[in-house]
Amino acid sequence: MTEPPRDRIKGGKEGGLGWGLRTAVALTGLLLIAPTVVVIPMSFSGADTFEFPPKTWSLRWYRSFFGSEKWMYALLTSLQIGLLVAVVATVLGVAVALGLTRSRFRGLGTVRALLMAPMIMPGIVVAVAIYGVFIRWQLNGTAVGFVVAHTVLALPFVVTAVSTSLSGYDRTMDVAAATLGATAWTTFFRITVPLVAPGVLSGFAFAFVTSLDEVVVALFLQTPDIQTLPVQMYNSITLEIDPTIAAASSLMVVVTTLVLLVPQLVRRERRTR
Amino acid sequence: MSPTKDDGGRGIRIRGVSKIYSGTARPAVDDVSLDIAQGEFMTLLGPSGSGKTTMLSMLAGFASVTAGSIEIDGREVSRLKPHKRDLGVVFQQYALFPHLSVAKNVAFPLQQRRMAKADIAAKVAEALELVHLGDFADRLPGQLSGGQQQRVALARAVVYQPRALLMDEPLGALDRRLRDQLQREIARMHRELGMTFIFVTHDQHEALTLSDRIAVFNDGRIEQCGTPAELYERPETLFVAQFLGESTGFRGTVDRAAGVLRCGPHALRAPLLEPALDGADGVVVVRPERLELHVEAGRVAAGHNRVGATVTEIVYVGDRHQVGLRFDDGATGTATHPVGPPLPAMPGEAVTVSWDPRHQAVVADPTGSSVPSPAVEVTADA
Repeated sequence: MTEPPRDRIKGGKEGGLGWGLRTAVALTGLLLIAPTVVVIPMSFSGADTFEFPPKTWSLRWYRSFFGSEKWMYALLTSLQIGLLVAVVATVLGVAVALGLTRSRFRGLGTVRALLMAPMIMPGIVVAVAIYGVFIRWQLNGTAVGFVVAHTVLALPFVVTAVSTSLSGYDRTMDVAAATLGATAWTTFFRITVPLVAPGVLSGFAFAFVTSLDEVVVALFLQTPDIQTLPVQMYNSITLEIDPTIAAASSLMVVVTTLVLLVPQLVRRERRTR
Repeated sequence: MSPTKDDGGRGIRIRGVSKIYSGTARPAVDDVSLDIAQGEFMTLLGPSGSGKTTMLSMLAGFASVTAGSIEIDGREVSRLKPHKRDLGVVFQQYALFPHLSVAKNVAFPLQQRRMAKADIAAKVAEALELVHLGDFADRLPGQLSGGQQQRVALARAVVYQPRALLMDEPLGALDRRLRDQLQREIARMHRELGMTFIFVTHDQHEALTLSDRIAVFNDGRIEQCGTPAELYERPETLFVAQFLGESTGFRGTVDRAAGVLRCGPHALRAPLLEPALDGADGVVVVRPERLELHVEAGRVAAGHNRVGATVTEIVYVGDRHQVGLRFDDGATGTATHPVGPPLPAMPGEAVTVSWDPRHQAVVADPTGSSVPSPAVEVTADA
């Protein structure tokens, strides 16, 4: 790294994006948030059925959501499974990412591709496969089954997030710390961990959200005794048209967004400190 | 020159050290021995791949020693882990901890030594003062320029008063102006701290201006070790003559009895020849500033060597002129001419080139060709 150059040739147009690109960006953004824009107002509706835009406003569907044992149980199940998945996937993912970025062996590329497979495979294929195997292992309808299945799906996200922050980690730092008198342990906890933490945190958040959102595998693994929130939502909408689901959806959107924002905020806070 | 002052066994002794990386046949460092006196500024100079950085890595403990021993202040360290060697190391890419402030970076080695907090604060302030960065204690490394970051790295590497400071191309990542500035800072730090400095570079100017002594590395071995003046004025090998500064070389066969190097039609005077060179292929090496240009051959001083040449070009480089020469036999060379006095000849004109044999060096010709090819231009890039 030399001095920051004061003058240099900049690519692109002066004054940022052109009109065409701005319109395209705005449209894409709109498309992405449209469902949210519809569902959140709908959850505050006072009507007995889905209504958009709502004519009257009330919190009755939130009352219905938090007052229902069924919904509360599903929410609790989802949060528990999500947290367990996040912890397990993060621990495994950090180990895998360390192995992938810091070692060289034949078949490294194959291992990496296999790890990414759950992201690429159609969800229904994975779900059927897991279902078939879990029937034999008697893991259907158990918390362990949910955690194992969701961990498989969440692992690629953790590996990607952690690998990215590890590949930006300069190993000279370890060498420098050693010359300054630090043992390998001290170096790991005082230098490596703080520097890689943002990647680990966002891996954790992604894993949690992956489990929270997951519906296909969860539908296969569900029993009346154990249902995650998305499964309960699915079941509720197939049986009755009840706007409680709008309240549940809105809550999911908010929770998911908050969880995914945390790593971003941590990173920004570090940069501006 | 060997360590002259009595330092009670302090300093660094490298004895017969070799390094063979696994999977390679040729040693990266091949049987190197070197004594570095306490407080000395020693530069390891050489092209990339010459083994100088490997030597530094073995001193610091990043690379294991295949054979030989390294003693620091009388203690054998070649099997010790880096964090037990008590050395300071400065890296080309600074290697500051980006999540720690400047002050915390400098405090890091002191914390590892379990120093009391108040003492740490005082030491850190003192070290930052030394590199003129007292006002930057609370900044993060990313908020500093490259030159400032390297000064922080220097402060961090000397704050715990290590037994020696090792630097691996510390100025390599900086632009020229900053490089000169930091070079002066390093020289001043060496004077003020009285610490042993070991400096690795491929830049001959850095080596010449900073060092007490220079060890020139080539192919894993030390070609020659001496003061900058010794290396520049008395290179012992053609490699050293080529790598340090510019020179013009005349190839020929040594006739020790006659005290000459026979080089085509010329017999260049070469007194005080090494016995080992007798009858062998040799090269007379002369620095550009020692070459004198005469329009009239009669003005050459008695006892000086002379060779006819044609001026091919004259390049004005600010503080001097560089005069390109083609010798009678077709080989080329370079002389310098001061800016003030009038130029002796213009391009295309014939001159007689002369020099005092005391200012030349005679080295063995490693190419060993028996066919005399009288003159060869040997130059090195900066």
